[in-house]
Amino acid sequence: MLYIHCPYCGELREEEEFHPKGQAHIARPLDPDACSDEEWGDYLFFRDNPRGIHHELWVHAVGCRKFFNVTRHTVTYEILETYRMGEQPTITAEHPEGRPSRDAADQASLREGVRA
Amino acid sequence: MSQLNRLARGGRIDRSRKLSFTFNGQRYQGHAGDTLASALLANGVDIVNRSFKYSRPRGIVAAGAEEPNAVVQLGKTEAAQVPNVRATQQALYEGLEARSTNGWPNVQRDLMSLIGKLGGQFMPPGFYYKTFMAPASMWMTYEKYIRKSAGLGRSPMEKDPDLYDHLHQHCDVLVIGAGPAGLAAALAAGRSGARVILADEQEEMGGSLLDSRERLDDKPADAWVAETLEALAAMDNVTLLPRTTANGYHDHHFVTLHERRTEHLADTAPVKDGRRQARSRMHRVRAGRVVLATGAHERPLVYGNNDVPGNLLAGAVSTYIRRYGVVPGRKLVLSTSNDHAYRAALDWVEAGREVVAIADARANPDGELVEQARALGIRILPGSAVIEAKGESRVNAARVAKIDPDGFRVAGSAETLACDTIASSGGYSPVIHLASHTGGRPTWNDDILGFVPTLVKGVSAAGGAQGVYATGRVLADGVAAGARAAEEVGFAAAEVRLPQVAERRDGAAVALYQVPHEKPTLRAPKQFVDLQNDVTAAGIELATREGFESIEHVKRYTAMGFGTDQGKLGNINGMAIAARCLGRPIPEVGTTVFRPNYTPVTFGAIVGRHCRDLFDPERYTAMHQWHVEHGAEFEDVGQWKRPWYFPRKVDGKTETMHEAVARECRAVREAVGILDASTLGKIDIQGPDAREFLGRVYTNKWAKLAPGRVRYGLMCKDDGMVFDDGTTSCLGENHFLMTTTTGGAATVLEWLELWHQTEWPELEVYFNSVTDHWATMTITGPEARKLLAEVTDMDLDRESFKFMDWREGVVAGVPARVFRISFTGELAFEINVQANYALHVWETLFAHGEKYGLTPYGTETMHVLRAEKGFIIAGQDTDGSVTPEDLGMHWCVGYDKPFSWIGQRALSRPDTKRSDRKQLVGLRPKDPKVVLEEGAQIVFDPQHAIPMPMVGHVTSSYYSPTLDSGFALAVVKGGQQKMGESVYLPMADGQVHEAEIVSPIFVDPKGERQNV
Repeated sequence: MLYIHCPYCGELREEEEFHPKGQAHIARPLDPDACSDEEWGDYLFFRDNPRGIHHELWVHAVGCRKFFNVTRHTVTYEILETYRMGEQPTITAEHPEGRPSRDAADQASLREGVRA
Repeated sequence: MSQLNRLARGGRIDRSRKLSFTFNGQRYQGHAGDTLASALLANGVDIVNRSFKYSRPRGIVAAGAEEPNAVVQLGKTEAAQVPNVRATQQALYEGLEARSTNGWPNVQRDLMSLIGKLGGQFMPPGFYYKTFMAPASMWMTYEKYIRKSAGLGRSPMEKDPDLYDHLHQHCDVLVIGAGPAGLAAALAAGRSGARVILADEQEEMGGSLLDSRERLDDKPADAWVAETLEALAAMDNVTLLPRTTANGYHDHHFVTLHERRTEHLADTAPVKDGRRQARSRMHRVRAGRVVLATGAHERPLVYGNNDVPGNLLAGAVSTYIRRYGVVPGRKLVLSTSNDHAYRAALDWVEAGREVVAIADARANPDGELVEQARALGIRILPGSAVIEAKGESRVNAARVAKIDPDGFRVAGSAETLACDTIASSGGYSPVIHLASHTGGRPTWNDDILGFVPTLVKGVSAAGGAQGVYATGRVLADGVAAGARAAEEVGFAAAEVRLPQVAERRDGAAVALYQVPHEKPTLRAPKQFVDLQNDVTAAGIELATREGFESIEHVKRYTAMGFGTDQGKLGNINGMAIAARCLGRPIPEVGTTVFRPNYTPVTFGAIVGRHCRDLFDPERYTAMHQWHVEHGAEFEDVGQWKRPWYFPRKVDGKTETMHEAVARECRAVREAVGILDASTLGKIDIQGPDAREFLGRVYTNKWAKLAPGRVRYGLMCKDDGMVFDDGTTSCLGENHFLMTTTTGGAATVLEWLELWHQTEWPELEVYFNSVTDHWATMTITGPEARKLLAEVTDMDLDRESFKFMDWREGVVAGVPARVFRISFTGELAFEINVQANYALHVWETLFAHGEKYGLTPYGTETMHVLRAEKGFIIAGQDTDGSVTPEDLGMHWCVGYDKPFSWIGQRALSRPDTKRSDRKQLVGLRPKDPKVVLEEGAQIVFDPQHAIPMPMVGHVTSSYYSPTLDSGFALAVVKGGQQKMGESVYLPMADGQVHEAEIVSPIFVDPKGERQNV
């Protein structure tokens, strides 16, 4: 059972309180009607399935009901960071140790809730 | 019977407290502090079981969790039966009753042993599958007898009288195992101020120190244990959990600890102050850091007939002598590959019994313990091993010979030594089970000749668990691990003084697993690897010859490592043998994966209080008690209990469901019925952008819905498939009340939040579930208006309170929202009141309703009535592959809405445009008495060769009292263009029903009745 830090509640809570909602950062095309069938099909049906670092969308379903993002390692199940909607991950497949940031203070606030 | 193997003194038992117990009906005596196993050995009981496959007599081998043979059935009464208890882990109590799990008719005289003797050569791995495979229909018959003779214990047939608790715990440092490493780790972590839990599976904490020959600070080892436990108990931040097994190590340091609180007292928990005590507690621990101090298991050597009672692990011999004051025989032969096992011989001599010889596989054994043995005059045979045990129900001799382990051959002629006990040791395997649970593949370490755990972040191993065996180093390792763990979670390490332990000079061990025999393995006397599953070295060799190269396949083919011991004793030997047969090194062959649970856990402990009435929460409406009192039968819808139908007693006979539903349907169509619809999901939606939001999540238009009006809406996923439906009412310009299906309430709320929070956060809109706040009662039927008029002064005129209007008013003296919507096709009013007033309103309606024939109806009647009108139920008539167009609900699709609403784009995909999609239609069976089966498959041509092309299925089907006929809703390929055509439904019993495709609206197609 995972132990997940809700970036809105600011607490580590049991997985039972959360629902997973699939891959994060899948934006709905702003003009769906302008999409080709293939583009629309990609948006609807195709998802990454990496071995390693993965960004996921979760919801604190029986807590604050907020959606947020989780960077999780799919082999070790380690949660590397959680971050709010609209924010970007600091830890990615390209930067597994954390992305260099121009603003250290900004970096620190982004990494709130990170348990490594 | 006297305790002939009990020593006059020594051990940790209380000789002043005698306990009597029975084993297989025979009465024996033991002492407080005994385990069932030590008490059986004290009484000279050799045979404790019959083996699984060959029915060979088996005795006690080990002293702990790794015991493969002494697996017993416990319990005085039927309700108290517990299967698969390891006698080595069961504390003795007064009146304990145990029996062997195997053996038919009994363990002493077993019919199946004949097979073991005569047919032994003919029972290779896969024997049962190969022999009893054909005909397949007979397997059940075979299995019954195989099970009876094999036996694996049995479950109780009566209700468990015991209670089990779950505790949720947090700690900074969890230390698993309270041997020297675990005690030292707990001490170090505890002194730092960290919150510590120390769990140990045994009756007493102390682990190997409880039977150690070593002295700590020049005192017996158990004195240090007592001091340390006292120090730990005095710390408020340390919780000691004895008799507690860490069974599973799950993600993110979530560990389940099974604490057995009463199993050492009786077979059911005692009653104290009128309350039954909890038999066990499952601690669900979330730990900051975990220290695995789980120690190591000794490996037996694999030699001929090594399963005959009297063959024990060397360490177990020491444990029984030093901890329990029991010496399990008279004349001992020890076969070893290492120094440590010499303890058994030294302890044996000190117990006053004879050590015949020590066969040491090493050419020049020279460690300290070896010298002590020499000094005692014990005969040591270097370069030798026991190659075969002699005896049937008890060892009577050992055949010892010089061996060449590298060449895997016997290097000299064998000498037969008379003895009744053979102790063996092939070294130690760290207990890596819990580390395996976290996914780490163990790695082979040649220095210790064993697998060491691969650890995930936040967990460390200390002492024997990582192959550190010398007591002084184990203690230091434990302190370091405990201090480091505490430091990692923010506690400053404190000084811990370690006791002085003399460093013992040990000679190097040699790698020895299977001992060679004069005959090749396949013809040698059976050399057992896994005693519980009767897996032999020959079986593993055969498996590799048959092409099983992966150790995981060898395991499954031979059944090695299955059962209650999960390979604790035999797995490494098995892998070493597979490696030898495959000509590959052990690390390359690898090990199988250990999974939870470490030892068997009773189901009661797993479910805790979540059983019977508390298995799943039940949700009741405000009128539930009324339904109960009026004889309702209930249906589970999600967690809700909904009235299914209300059978009446007519002439002393209770109506069948069919009769009740027919009566309820007629009441609605001809007079007035009432339904408790409180369970429908209700979501309050507010905000300046609420209307815009509704337009994006519903398929139809919401821009112009005025306050006081209600509209039906369909909700799709972005793939264009319907997933929920319901009505939404405009309460004010920025305020709406959405209803959902009963089962979909939580899902829909989450769906709305998903889109708002992730895609359209710029919209100002708020959602809140109000399902429980409002109770809903629907009165419906031609008399509904007259009834409602009696209890309200609201204007109910059909022109001013139109169909699909809602009004606020007072009903039965209570503030209410009344919605003129209909799910039955009849005139209907849905009355919503605050849930606390609902029963009053409901009863007031009945007080006035009798003269109109007011009839309560349940979900079954609701289903019939709505299906007669062709109203769908999302999730029953749809299944995630049905578009609004497939449902024929084009009228509910806003094709020209400005925002591309969820699902719109998908409706123009080529697949959703196909004309042969499965479409919703009505079905009218040719024989009106037939009620089609829901789920029945539909074909166009019943003469078609099997497999027939299946073109759809029945989604809803009922008998209609109004039509006096069966009728159904179904999805059929291209069905909307096939009105009037026949389809066929071939049933499992060979019947084929014919039905006509018709409109899904069976009653009142023009919709006039709801508008009277």
